Amino acid sequence: MFTYTLRRLLMAIPTLLFIALVIFLLLELSPGDPMADMPLTIPPEVRESMRAALGLGEAWYIRFAKWLYMFGVIEPSHVLANMTGLDWLRVEGQRIISFQTRSPVADIVAQRLPQTLWVVGLSYLFGILLAVPIGIYSAYRQYSWFDQAGTFVSMVGFSLPTFFTGPLLILIFSIWLGWFPIIYDTTLVVDSWENFLKQLQQMAMPVFVLTLFNAAQITRFMRASMLDNMTQDYVRTARAKGMTEKVVVLVHVVRNSLIPVVTVIALGIPQIFTGAIITESVFRVNGLGQLLITAIYASDFPMVLTLSVVFAILIVLFNLIADILYAVLDPRIRYD
Amino acid sequence: MKTKMALFGAAATLALMPFAAQAERGASGHLNIIYWQAPSILNPYLSGGTKDVEASSIVLESLARYNNEGILVPWLAESIPTVENGGVSADLMSITWTLREGLLWSDGTPVTSADVAFTAEYCMHPEGGCAQLRQFQDVEAVEIVDDRTVTVRFSVPKPVPYGPFVTQAAPIIQRAQFENCTGTRAPECTDANFNPIGTGPFRVVEFRPNDVIQFEANPNYRDPALPHFQTITFKGGGDAASAGRAVMETGEMDYAWNLQLAPDVIATMAQGGRGVPISAFGTLVERLEVNLTNPSPDLPPETRSTRAEPHPILSDIRVREALSLAIDRALLVEVGYGIAGQPSCNLVPAPAMFASTANDACLVQDMDRARALLDEAGWTVGADGIRVNAEGTRLVLDYMTSTNAVRQDFQALIQQWWREIGVEANLRNINASVFFGGDPGSPDTFQKFYADISMYANNFAGTDPEQYLGAYRCGFEPRPETQWQGENINRFCDPAYDALHLQLAQTSNLEERARIARELNDILMQNFVIIPLVHRGRVDAHSNTLGGVVMNTWDTGLWNIAEWHRIQ
Repeated sequence: MFTYTLRRLLMAIPTLLFIALVIFLLLELSPGDPMADMPLTIPPEVRESMRAALGLGEAWYIRFAKWLYMFGVIEPSHVLANMTGLDWLRVEGQRIISFQTRSPVADIVAQRLPQTLWVVGLSYLFGILLAVPIGIYSAYRQYSWFDQAGTFVSMVGFSLPTFFTGPLLILIFSIWLGWFPIIYDTTLVVDSWENFLKQLQQMAMPVFVLTLFNAAQITRFMRASMLDNMTQDYVRTARAKGMTEKVVVLVHVVRNSLIPVVTVIALGIPQIFTGAIITESVFRVNGLGQLLITAIYASDFPMVLTLSVVFAILIVLFNLIADILYAVLDPRIRYD
Repeated sequence: MKTKMALFGAAATLALMPFAAQAERGASGHLNIIYWQAPSILNPYLSGGTKDVEASSIVLESLARYNNEGILVPWLAESIPTVENGGVSADLMSITWTLREGLLWSDGTPVTSADVAFTAEYCMHPEGGCAQLRQFQDVEAVEIVDDRTVTVRFSVPKPVPYGPFVTQAAPIIQRAQFENCTGTRAPECTDANFNPIGTGPFRVVEFRPNDVIQFEANPNYRDPALPHFQTITFKGGGDAASAGRAVMETGEMDYAWNLQLAPDVIATMAQGGRGVPISAFGTLVERLEVNLTNPSPDLPPETRSTRAEPHPILSDIRVREALSLAIDRALLVEVGYGIAGQPSCNLVPAPAMFASTANDACLVQDMDRARALLDEAGWTVGADGIRVNAEGTRLVLDYMTSTNAVRQDFQALIQQWWREIGVEANLRNINASVFFGGDPGSPDTFQKFYADISMYANNFAGTDPEQYLGAYRCGFEPRPETQWQGENINRFCDPAYDALHLQLAQTSNLEERARIARELNDILMQNFVIIPLVHRGRVDAHSNTLGGVVMNTWDTGLWNIAEWHRIQ
């Protein structure tokens, strides 16, 4: 198992290098321009010198190599130093600078990460907590009114895009009822019950929208996996042995059904970090998804490249974790 | 001009008197501002973006600014230097500014002429990539005379020497803070770029790029009674619709900037009753640019859309005039802009003394005259209603613009009107970041103009259109040799125009300048190389409880934020 993990990790390096190169070249070929946002009153020669100051004058392979060095050596050293408080860890040199803010990309990411983890992470957690019991009961009582209702709700969650449900909730709860604010206040510090309530109020709508979406997906997986297992021979055997329905379903069937669902959940975790681009924009949560989309609009290449590669790393990593979890949960699977 | 200024000052004092009498700094508490484009940096020299320039104006100030009537008023300077008061030399080669007495930075240190001179050095550094370099054009040297006085020397006579250190685009920065940040080191100074020390009514407490800024009242502000607000939350991001909603419907925010929304949407929001939309007009004109050169894809890239290949259809002024006559500008305003638009027949719509009245005929749509002009030009209506000339060429034009709901509505309406006079328009819309991006490798930029007609809006900074009108001189057109950079989008070239512009550049008398500028505008208009559509204003919204807001399109909307206050 250990050698397998090590092999997979080593194999991930060329994969990630390739991904980074592809993203870099795609950005290179894309027709956007970081100067596009500037008013037309700025004359062309000034634009040209601004471009040069951003380092866009050099050949692409030099810029890619520079970026690789900064991403692989300098930025991790700064992140480590900030986390441990040990200043001697910092490697001297130019950091990855965002075109929009002229400040290090990693600092901005660190600033945005908590909001995304709170809103998207919480909705993922709620989604799982809701979806698993609903999936189990729906499958156990297939075609009952509960199953039909669950199917309906998950179809709604599946098919209604968040750019529809988001503004709909804003209209109902913010404008008509006035319960929740429509602007997420990121400066709010939770230091009292009153502020805690405010935090709950402002998180309610984005978390609800995303929970609906996440729960809808996981419910379907859970239900399908349960149905597969319910008709298996070992279930009949268990019942024949005189076990109670509670033990049959909750111990035998659920355990086995959870194996594929856990994989799906693990594979979905990178989504928490990539943020929910649309939901974050609709509710003005200043998370990573919103950061990515504004960077794309502003043609902020260093930011887009760095974020995309970080996401790629997370996806590769959680794929590996899902595979390992699979082996841990299911003794029949062995990689060595 | 002086009496007007004095009158304005008196009016402002009167308006504020009942309040100022009992107010002290910070008495109004907290202010919430929302800009749907979030500021990325608070250093206007590193970003030309409007959102960044406006946000930084709360902290950084210049020597002089334009008030809401477009009149230059002294800000950090004692007075506006002119030839009459001796501040501008008789040969127009230098200008001498004197700082107000006793000015302090928000950290308590005095503002001196060394800071002013350093500001010029910072922006004019050859490797800095300063976005506001145009403000410092032709500056030869900035000399420190004494602690409060600087003289700017120009390399050419400057009839309008109010570029350096004037308007929000060129504010004074603190030398002590930015000393080690010149040239290539500019981006390394994240702290200084995010938390500049200024002289403005507020100072930065926390800056989160592309998200939110917290300000508090500057304890060292020159007027001890101002600002009225103690703290500001300046939220950025999202879209114009929800920004408007937050002010006018839910009342979460006090001030929203630049609500580019359909008129009926704004009207519905205003019914929310918590805030009101306000509008004001600057120099922004939505226009059709006519390509005088041939954009045909059959031509080699070296000559396509360059002056080597005149346009086969649009070189005829009669066709251009017909295209303009077919447009109902009043309807366009009604559909697209409402209170934020006025029909326009001029490239230079304001200030009033620069605006020509010679072209107002365009306000009336005249289909018959348009058809007659096309007939006269040899275009006869074919079987499908589209006109054909003697060689069998169909009157088909490529009409491109950036992707934007209002622009696509305009395209559809104009396409319909042109069809009625027998002109077919093929519509295209291109993502704004590509269209305005200026990437010489992309075929879809407005500079390259691989289309017959393109539509967008442009304006000029400040109140003087010399630079703006100068763009239409020969040799300023984008072409392969200039990597497709250049501002003469139409590829217009008329030696008489160039001569007149040279005359403008050498005239310092304001009345005379206005006359020449109007004439230049009329040449462009009467040649129909630019077909103006709508003079666009800006719509902001403020809460019913926010007082003191005076919209200013010549400066930023936040120019008098020190005087904003809460009304109960």
